[in-house]
Amino acid sequence: MDLGTLANALILGVSIASIWLVAALGLTVIYGTAGVINMAHGELIMLGAYSTYMLQVYLGVPYLICIPASFVIVALVGLLLERGLIRYLYNRPLDTLLATCGVSLVLMQSVRLIFGSDPKYISVPEIFSSNIALGSVSISTFRVIILAVTALLVFGLWFLFYKTRFGVQVRAVMQNKEMAASFGINAGRVYMLTFSLGAGLAGVAGSLFGVLAIVLPTMGASYVVQSFLMVVVGGGSLAGSVAASAATGEMQSVLASFTNATLARFIIFVLIVVFLRFRPQGLFAQGGVRR
Amino acid sequence: MDFTRRKLLKTTLAASAAFSAPHLWLPASKEAWGATVKKGEPIKVGLLFSLTGALAVPEEDSTLVLQYAFDEINKNGGINGVPVEPVIVDAKSDFNVYTEKAKELIIRDKVIALFGCYTSASRKAILPTVMQRNHLLYYPTCYEGAECTQNAICTGPLANQHSKDLIPFMVKNFGKKVFFVGSNYVWPKESNKNAKIWLEEAGGELLGEEYVPLGSSEFGPVFNKIRDTQPDFIFSTVVGASDIAFHKQFKQEGFKVDKMPIASLTTGEIETRAMGPEFGAGHFLSAPYFQSLDNPTNHKFVEGFLSSKYGKNGVTHYNMEETYLSAYVFKYGFEKAVAAVGVENVTPRIIRDHSGGVRVEDNVSPEGLVWIDEDNFNTWLKPKIGQCQGDGTFKVLKASEGQVQPLPFSIYPDSGTCTKDGLKAPDGKIRTNVI
Repeated sequence: MDLGTLANALILGVSIASIWLVAALGLTVIYGTAGVINMAHGELIMLGAYSTYMLQVYLGVPYLICIPASFVIVALVGLLLERGLIRYLYNRPLDTLLATCGVSLVLMQSVRLIFGSDPKYISVPEIFSSNIALGSVSISTFRVIILAVTALLVFGLWFLFYKTRFGVQVRAVMQNKEMAASFGINAGRVYMLTFSLGAGLAGVAGSLFGVLAIVLPTMGASYVVQSFLMVVVGGGSLAGSVAASAATGEMQSVLASFTNATLARFIIFVLIVVFLRFRPQGLFAQGGVRR
Repeated sequence: MDFTRRKLLKTTLAASAAFSAPHLWLPASKEAWGATVKKGEPIKVGLLFSLTGALAVPEEDSTLVLQYAFDEINKNGGINGVPVEPVIVDAKSDFNVYTEKAKELIIRDKVIALFGCYTSASRKAILPTVMQRNHLLYYPTCYEGAECTQNAICTGPLANQHSKDLIPFMVKNFGKKVFFVGSNYVWPKESNKNAKIWLEEAGGELLGEEYVPLGSSEFGPVFNKIRDTQPDFIFSTVVGASDIAFHKQFKQEGFKVDKMPIASLTTGEIETRAMGPEFGAGHFLSAPYFQSLDNPTNHKFVEGFLSSKYGKNGVTHYNMEETYLSAYVFKYGFEKAVAAVGVENVTPRIIRDHSGGVRVEDNVSPEGLVWIDEDNFNTWLKPKIGQCQGDGTFKVLKASEGQVQPLPFSIYPDSGTCTKDGLKAPDGKIRTNVI
C-alpha cells in the first residue's frame, strides 16, 4: 500500500466519521440529556429525508435551504412527540424504549401509507455530484458538505451547551433534575427543548443521507444501530460521540482499505464489544445522576 | 372435574404428542394434502410476497403484476373456463413469516400453487415446506442455481445465463480490466463465480473483488480501491438500496461513466428512477426484459399494466415481467395437466410434471419466446444488454442470438446434472430435493 492510498483512506475516514457522527448527534443530545433511549431515532432521520423530498417536489425549495428547513420540521415532530408521549415516561426507561419502538413503527407505516414504499429521489446542484482531486488524493464534494455541516452542528451544540444560559440549565438538569428544579429551572421545559433539538438534528442527518444513499420508509433502520453504538461507546456526551465516531470512522476506512468492508465492520464490532467489557460507561462518562 | 397435577401432565403430553406427529391424524398421502381443484370453484393460488419491510420495494410490484396477469387470464376465459383467484398474504420481509404463511396458504387456503419470494434466502426458507407437502412454488426472478427440487419452477435467468453475453460485450467495448463489486450474500458470490468463467474465456483480467454488507450505503473504501486499480469497467451485483447508493457515489466520487461504466445484473428501471436518471445514465444492465423493448406484445403489456389499477408505481421492469410470465407458465402447465389426467386429479406435483417444455410465445411474453426446461424446470430465455439513457429508460444494444439454456449446476460439474427426477450425480445416483 503506497502513501497516496493511505492518505485517501485517512481522508475518507474523516468523512465516514462525520457521517456516523451526524447520524448520532441527535441521539447523543436526547440520550445524554434526558436519558431517553429513543428507538425512533432512525425514523426521525427518515422523516428528515422525506421533509427534504417534500419541500423540493411540492414547493421547489433549493436543496441547501431544505437542510435547515428539515431541522425545523422534524424538531416540531419531536416537540409533539415529547409533549404527547415521552414526557409521561421519563422515570420509566423500559416503557420509553417500548413506546419509542412503537412510535418508530407508526412513523414508518404512516410514511409508507402517504408516499408509498417505492424509493424517492432528492436532486442536488450538479456541483455536488463531483469530486475534489489534489494529486493522488480525492474526495467527493458532497462528503465535504457533510463534513462541513457536521462541524458546524458540533460547534453549535458546544456553544449552546457551554456558552449560553440555556446550556447551563441543561447541564444542571442532566446532573441532578430535582436539585436543578429546586433552583427554579423548569426541567420539563428543558427536556422538551432538548428532545426537540435532538429530533431536529436527526432531521438534518436525514436530508444529507437522502442524497448520499436512498429515501425509503425503512431507511432509518440502517442508521439507528450505528448511532446507538457511537452514543454508547462515547458515553452519551458530545465529546464522547465525536471521539467515538472519529475512531470508528477511521478504523472502518483504513481496515476496509487493507481488507474489505465486511471484515472491517466485523473487526470494529468485536473491538466495541471488548471495549465495553472493560469500560461499560463509555469513553467520556458523565457525572451526575443516571435516571 | 378434579385436575391433579399428574392428570394434567398426562393430558398435555398426549395432546402435544398428537400435534407434533401430524401423520397420526392427517390422512397419509404422498400427494399434497387437500390441494385439488373442486368443480364450480375458482382455482386458488397463493401470492407470497412482502408488502411491508425492507423487501417491499421489489415484492409489492410482484404482487401487483400477478394480480394484473390473473385479471387478464380471467378476462380471457380463465384456465379451461375456470377463473383464478389469487390469495394475497404479506410476508413482512421476515423469513419466519415466509415459512408460516407458506404453510397457511397450503394447508388452510388449499391453494394449488404458490407464487413467491424475491431473495434466495426466503426461497430457501419456504422450499422445505413446499417439498414436504409435495406442493409447487413459482419462483419468478433471477437466482444463482445449484438447486434441483421437484417442486419449483423458475422464470428468471440463472447465473449461467445472466452474465454470459455481458462480460464479453464489456471486455470488447471497454477493455480487459474489471473490478467486481457485490452485496455480501449467496447470489452475488455465485454469480461472480460464473462471471469469472466468462471473463477468462473473453481474455479479461480481474483486478479485485469486493463485497459490501447488505443494506450498506458506504462505498468510499470500495471506490478508493477502484481508483487505485483503474479498471476498464466495474461488474456489479450490488442489490437493493445499496445499489442506489453505489451508483450515486460513483458519480459523487468523480468517476466518469464513459471511461469506466458499471455493468450490472440488477440496476433496472426501478433503481434508475430512484437514484435519479443522471446517476444511472450510461451504465449497462443485462436482463431478459426492458420496459423499452420494441415489440407489440410489450407495448400492450406496458400500456395495459400502467393504465390498470395495479400500475400505480408507473414502471415495468425485468423482475415484474419475469413474474408476469410465471402466471402464464402456470396457466399452460395447468391446462396440459388437465388434458393428461382430468381436472379432478390435478395436484401441484402433476402441474409441475407437465410444465416441462411449456412455451410462452411471442404474442404473450413481452420479452419474446421462452420455454421451461424439461429437466431442471428453469427457463430458456434470451438475456439482453441495455444501456441506461438520460431519461432512465434502457436502450437495448444486444440480444442473445438464441435462447440460452439454464444450467443450475454448470459451475459444479462434480455435483452432477439436474434431471426431472432429481440431481443425477456422475456415478448415476439420483438425489431428490436438493437445495
